[in-house]
Amino acid sequence: MSEAIQDDQDLSGMPMMDNPVMPYLRQERIPHIWCPGCGIGTTVNCFTRAIEEAASDLDKLAIVSGIGCTGRVAGYLNLDSFHTTHGRAIPFATGLKLSNPELSVVVYSGDGDLFAIGGNHFMHAARRNMDLLVVCVNNFTYGMTGGQVAPTTPIGATQTTMPYGNFENPASLPFLADAAGATFVARWTVYHVRQLTRCFKEALGKKGFRFIEILAPCPTLFLRRNRLGDGVDMVRTYKEKSVLRNGADTKEVGLGLTGEIVVGTFVDRERPTWLESMNDHFGKVFGDRYSRYGG
Amino acid sequence: MTRTEIRIGGLGGQGVILSGIILGKAASIYDGLNATLIQAFGPEARGSACSAQVTIADDPVDYPYVLNPDILVVMSPDAYTQFAPSLKPGGMLLYEEELVHIKELPEGVRAYGIGATRIAEELGRRLVLNIVMVGFFVGVTGIVSVGAAEKALLSSVPKGTESLNLNAFRRGFEHGRSLVGAA
Amino acid sequence: MTADPKGVLTGIHFLDGDHAACEGALAAGCRFVAGYPITPSTEVVERFAQRIPLVGGLFIQMEDELAASIAILGGAWGGKKVMTVTSGPGLSLMMEHLGLAYITETPCVFIDVQRGGPSTGLPTLPAQADMMQVKWGSHGDYEIIALSPNSPQECFDLTIRAFNLTEQWRVPVFLMMDEVVGHMTERVVIPEASAIEITERRWTAKAPGTYRPYDVGADRVPEMTKAGDGHRIHVTGLTHDERGWPCMTPKQQDKLIRRLSGKIRDNADALTDIREEGCEDADVVVVSYGITSRVASAAVLRARAAGLKVGHARLVVTWPFPAARIAALASKCKAMVVPELNLGQMVHEVRLAVNGRIPVLLVDHAGGTVHDPQVILDRIQEAAR
Ligand SMILES: Cc1ncc(C[n+]2csc(CCOP(=O)(O)OP(=O)(O)O)c2C)c(N)n1
Ligand code: SF4
Repeated sequence: MSEAIQDDQDLSGMPMMDNPVMPYLRQERIPHIWCPGCGIGTTVNCFTRAIEEAASDLDKLAIVSGIGCTGRVAGYLNLDSFHTTHGRAIPFATGLKLSNPELSVVVYSGDGDLFAIGGNHFMHAARRNMDLLVVCVNNFTYGMTGGQVAPTTPIGATQTTMPYGNFENPASLPFLADAAGATFVARWTVYHVRQLTRCFKEALGKKGFRFIEILAPCPTLFLRRNRLGDGVDMVRTYKEKSVLRNGADTKEVGLGLTGEIVVGTFVDRERPTWLESMNDHFGKVFGDRYSRYGG
Repeated sequence: MTRTEIRIGGLGGQGVILSGIILGKAASIYDGLNATLIQAFGPEARGSACSAQVTIADDPVDYPYVLNPDILVVMSPDAYTQFAPSLKPGGMLLYEEELVHIKELPEGVRAYGIGATRIAEELGRRLVLNIVMVGFFVGVTGIVSVGAAEKALLSSVPKGTESLNLNAFRRGFEHGRSLVGAA
Repeated sequence: MTADPKGVLTGIHFLDGDHAACEGALAAGCRFVAGYPITPSTEVVERFAQRIPLVGGLFIQMEDELAASIAILGGAWGGKKVMTVTSGPGLSLMMEHLGLAYITETPCVFIDVQRGGPSTGLPTLPAQADMMQVKWGSHGDYEIIALSPNSPQECFDLTIRAFNLTEQWRVPVFLMMDEVVGHMTERVVIPEASAIEITERRWTAKAPGTYRPYDVGADRVPEMTKAGDGHRIHVTGLTHDERGWPCMTPKQQDKLIRRLSGKIRDNADALTDIREEGCEDADVVVVSYGITSRVASAAVLRARAAGLKVGHARLVVTWPFPAARIAALASKCKAMVVPELNLGQMVHEVRLAVNGRIPVLLVDHAGGTVHDPQVILDRIQEAAR
């Protein structure tokens, strides 16, 4: 699979026209580009269900993606949507949110996008407690460019740029998010559609820098190359290997090629957002002369 | 078309740049002339050395740098050693006479000294040495008017220090006038 | 429309170019700046950070220039007038988002206070060596508008113009300052707000459902909206159609890329701003821009005093390059002299426009200071022979 991925890809396993989530999608843009058995579509289904159940004001909900297979999510959702550059969805979203604070801004992107090329932005947006919901579809690989090693690739997995198996230590995304200061950190897999939907809904109702990691199969590049079966096999693996541990210490939720997958909500805390801090601070410094930015 | 190029040199913390700002403002905002101020950045500004270049002219200033000043104002021995050789023949040197000791002068250069540190100390704040030098400059050269210089001064110094600075300016100015024999 | 008085510091000031550019942005209605400190441009954002809380807007120092240059694009789609400011290495990092701004037609202003390069080069000293980078440094075919101020007053005036142009054309506009202009202090007159003309964003009046983000009329510039207004727009860096949706066909690529470049290239004459002086009967015309134009003026005066017929054409708008006007000037004089603080950049554009009809002499300089006027004078004399 390459960036030349075509728009007339097979549709199996993906949202159908009679699907209740269709009003939330740009129907004229379907068929989408994702491969059969790809997990990204499932996460989008959950997301649209969540915004339906949360009765979000869709005119005030904006979505920002980087580049990658997951990066295409923005283009399919019938929201104000921005498909930016590789790794920079978070700083774009930062500008969008700060410029128009009445928006609820969701960043939706891949693990390579958010944590390799975009890792620095992730860390700083979390540190600042920028009011964003960041959703990472973690398929352990670079899908769009054809299956190269990602910062999440487990040790031992084979990738085109780790042809003899990966020997690099992968990052544990919830641990990073927690350490950087995120106010909400959760992990689910595409097996957990109900829990994930609920999680989206809950996170949309909160403020601050919120992070959801979703494990999703990339059958085309990750599973096949590592003889892990197809998408359905992987969803079965998620079901068998997952252990629910809400409030788990994020130091202990790292992932391997096999082994248990800790899921749940790990962090849920409150901190003033960047904008609240700025407004409160300037209110103190300037007194009556200061009008709160963004009301 | 008249064009006067001025270099002010001294140590960081002496208020060299502020002196340049006051002269530039006086000329360009209050005297209807044109002025360009350049602060030395880069290797020239290393260590504690500090210098400002001010060009004052009737017409808009084209070439902005001061390479060979008509007037050199020095508040430290280093500035004197560094910049005195660049003075234009027939130029003018204004110096702080307790800090800078003049050896031999380039040809035709007129030199005027002032005990600005002592005056500043008499006024109770050694810090206003630069303002004494500005007053001295105006007194000796007359390139900007007293009125303009005083307005520029008042709009450039911190609130509450106006009268101290004005006194410093006037002490320098009087001394300058007396040296050039003005009435 | 005229400026919002809240941002306008009316009065006569003694400011350096960096500070004046910041005041220009505030006067123009810029209310969102994202930046990352780098000498010699930092004073622009320092002043903005200090001024903006009481003007009503926002500054954020991002984690790097990649972030700063895309945060402003988010800011523009959130509805604000936006700017970022940088120099040297920071400009190199911004190149990818210059392309994104261009293809998404996001109004934005970049200020580049040029310093000596390549790499870390001369952080505190001037050059004019980014002139080609801003035009060609991002991948793909694109156009920009670039303005080259030669004084703090022009840093103020041209920053306002930069904002007006980016709103009018929806193309990234650069203010190409340099270290000398950025750090030199001169009188800057800031007029009353009511005397400052401001170009508003071309907001669409169309209802949701009927508005398509990249539909255009005769001037080829689309109307804009912002996130949150109910239009459910899609904005992408991929080649897209009038709806904003990805459409990656050679046909659509041709249509989009030709429209985008056409709206600037075909208006190059209207955008031209050359300050000509004594060019009518000149034997030699000096073509200059930015700080070098002031040094060139000194050389031109001396050349005239020596009896030479020398004209001076200063480019205020450097991109799009005013090729037609330069060609017209070349048809009347015998030679051109192009001084610039680089080893030859805009001189290539001059030569293209002149097309071999007369000699074009470069006065190059590796940067670090300005030319010695004598060196330019020598070239003028050589050209006059
Ligand atoms: C600056 C830049 N470098 C590289 C690329 C090529 N590229 C596109 S997507 C991608 C990786 C995507 O991986 P990930 O974020 O994990 O998303 P996925 O495709 O797996 O959903 C890369 C390297 C690019 N578009 N831009
Ligand atoms: S390459 Fe992988 S991630 Fe990309 S669409 Fe196909 S299955 Fe999904």
